[in-house]
Amino acid sequence: MKRKLGLILSAVALTGMVLTGCGGKNNGGNASPSASASSTPAPSASASASAPASQAASGGKVEIFSWWTGAGEEAGLKGLIALFSSKHPEIEVINAAVAGGAGTNAKAVLASRMQGGDPPDAFQVHGGAELNTGWVAADKVIDLNDLYASEGWKDKFPKDLVDMVSKDGKAYSVPVNIHRGNVVFYNKKIFDDNKLSAPKTFDEFFKVADALKAKGVTPLALGDKEPWTATMILENVLLGELGADDYKKLWTGELSFDDAKVKKSLETFKKMISYINQDHAARNWQDAAQLVAKGEAAMNIMGDWAKGYFTTDLKLVANKDFGWVATPNTTGSFMVITDTFAIPKGAKNEANAKEWLKVLGSVEGQDVFNPLKGSIPARIDADKSKYDVYGQQTIEEFKTAKLAPSMAHGSAAPEGFTTQANQAVNIFVTNGDVDQALKALKAAQASSIK
Amino acid sequence: MLQKSERAIPVLMILPSVIAIAIFVYGFISWTGYVSFTDWNTLVKSTHLVGFDNYKFLFQDFRFQSDLRNTLAFTVLFIGLTMLCGLFLARMVDSKIKGESFFRNVFIFPMALSFIVTGVVWQWVLNPTTGVNLVLKSLGVTHLPKWFTSTEIVPKIHIGSIDFGLPIAVIAVALAAVWQMSGFAMAMYLAGLRSVSDDLREAARVDGATESQIFRKVILPQLKPISMSLIIILAHISLKIFDLIYAMTGPGAMFVTDVPGVYMFETTFRGNHYAQGAGIAMIMLLLVSVLIVPYLVSSFRKERG
Repeated sequence: MKRKLGLILSAVALTGMVLTGCGGKNNGGNASPSASASSTPAPSASASASAPASQAASGGKVEIFSWWTGAGEEAGLKGLIALFSSKHPEIEVINAAVAGGAGTNAKAVLASRMQGGDPPDAFQVHGGAELNTGWVAADKVIDLNDLYASEGWKDKFPKDLVDMVSKDGKAYSVPVNIHRGNVVFYNKKIFDDNKLSAPKTFDEFFKVADALKAKGVTPLALGDKEPWTATMILENVLLGELGADDYKKLWTGELSFDDAKVKKSLETFKKMISYINQDHAARNWQDAAQLVAKGEAAMNIMGDWAKGYFTTDLKLVANKDFGWVATPNTTGSFMVITDTFAIPKGAKNEANAKEWLKVLGSVEGQDVFNPLKGSIPARIDADKSKYDVYGQQTIEEFKTAKLAPSMAHGSAAPEGFTTQANQAVNIFVTNGDVDQALKALKAAQASSIK
Repeated sequence: MLQKSERAIPVLMILPSVIAIAIFVYGFISWTGYVSFTDWNTLVKSTHLVGFDNYKFLFQDFRFQSDLRNTLAFTVLFIGLTMLCGLFLARMVDSKIKGESFFRNVFIFPMALSFIVTGVVWQWVLNPTTGVNLVLKSLGVTHLPKWFTSTEIVPKIHIGSIDFGLPIAVIAVALAAVWQMSGFAMAMYLAGLRSVSDDLREAARVDGATESQIFRKVILPQLKPISMSLIIILAHISLKIFDLIYAMTGPGAMFVTDVPGVYMFETTFRGNHYAQGAGIAMIMLLLVSVLIVPYLVSSFRKERG
């Protein structure tokens, strides 16, 4: 009996030790998505310790929050900071960037900082619903109409774009760049070898895909470990089937997801994903783009940050190694993803943050940032010669195309809708149940879009 | 006077930690519970109570139903396999082999890693186009397993809006978790085996029991308290698992590897559905307490008895 008791005690003691051990370990593990969060305030703390004297003498600091940590975009951000520092040497810039694709981690960090009353001085936000139904509706950002007036920005950005960052006539953020979301990138060699031309309509797409499949090439590369990549295909199909005008009505509630054309879009989407690579669930978007780069797959539907990945990271040559075309039936439309910056209410250095936005919105700032990031400038009067062949063509198309906001990237609908759409798409890619997906999208529309 | 202050001192001593726990544990649990009954499902904070709406939504939700199924499948696989492996390893190490301490350390080493590391490594090992499948391919296997990208569920029993059964993809995740924790189970069992007195084995041998009879009838019953502790520890890890899944597979196609922890993180911090996230947190808390509370009560009774 005594032994048994001893055994229980030792087991309990060991349990206790392990529990505390696990607790510590779990914390370490859990911290990883937010590790960047805890490290964010660190630079500001050390900065304030190191530069109290200069702060008192001059303009203080400005903390810039973004998710620009990838290869090209980090270089672009550093270029902007260098430009800012040359104009305002007295202001110290704190770069509070949080890593993570499409800003998914950064947005979580930002939400907790804003709610906790510790906002950065300026933060990156996608123009459109993410800004308007999120931060503007929550009354967490300041209105920038005075800045737009003093800088004359109302005429320098396209009107559709100004509308995307405005609510009730007040502008709330400054666009820095434009990415196009409706692009098919294809392996030029595969297309040339098989004497195929880039598909412009859904019929052509399926014809090309069948021809490639017959040759044993995966027609469409997808990496939906993070489901937004598949959601991007869906929104591009919606744009192709509905056209830009009706597509936009989906997000105002004027057009219901009950519409027959939405159902047809899902059927088309279903047919498209029958051409994807088997291991799509284990890949992210870069892995999928690599399939096209290596010639293991022919096409990839992705935003044009993939172009930056092709040229900068994989050292491919535009128009030689890879080609591009608008996704089927969307030639005259432009799926816009725009990174903008806004200033939170209660920012500690609001005046400095406004100076930062002035640099972002200037021709000079946009031409420093965008060639490096691989995006095109949001301003219509930027210097075209600074951009590569893809950039120049896209700048031209941007001027005439109908703009459509991206749902997958939070510009079209509130975040709540996007997460629910991602879930519906994640299920749909596997089971292809059109009615179930429609039901889920309709429920999301009812709960998130008024 | 003196007596009074003597009585007050212990109370004063524990007061700080009582207050801290009251605020930072129970206070926050109550706040989470409160939020789960509100309609705070956007960035705009709301304290408007809506009753059980969030819970109703969750239990009808395809994703959450999948999460519960996956958690059950994962928990059963993870606990069962970890304990079996642990017992097996402990028996091996306990059989007076050469270099015993070397093997003991080798087996327990994975525990030193974080689940994030395990997740990333096993994601490569079990990636269907790289890793072990390359080995299998070179051995001539034609139907290569799809591991965590498989979307199959066996058996497919339709319950609610999901197919109930064991998702094949969960096996891959459970393998990684078992790899990490079986060394720990071994250490526990080894301690147990060492504490079984030789007298008992001798006595059984004198009575004519075979070695396997001794193991089953004499040693295993003695290991029961160890097994109980193991089940409790492993179950609470498994119910709360987040990091391994997050690093290794994410929610997976059709949510075959999703768990409540991952759903909670994504819906709260990406979808800004704070009330739904709080609801998931409360359900997870309930699940864990269903398991822990009876254990605590019984061990409390034992201590007093």
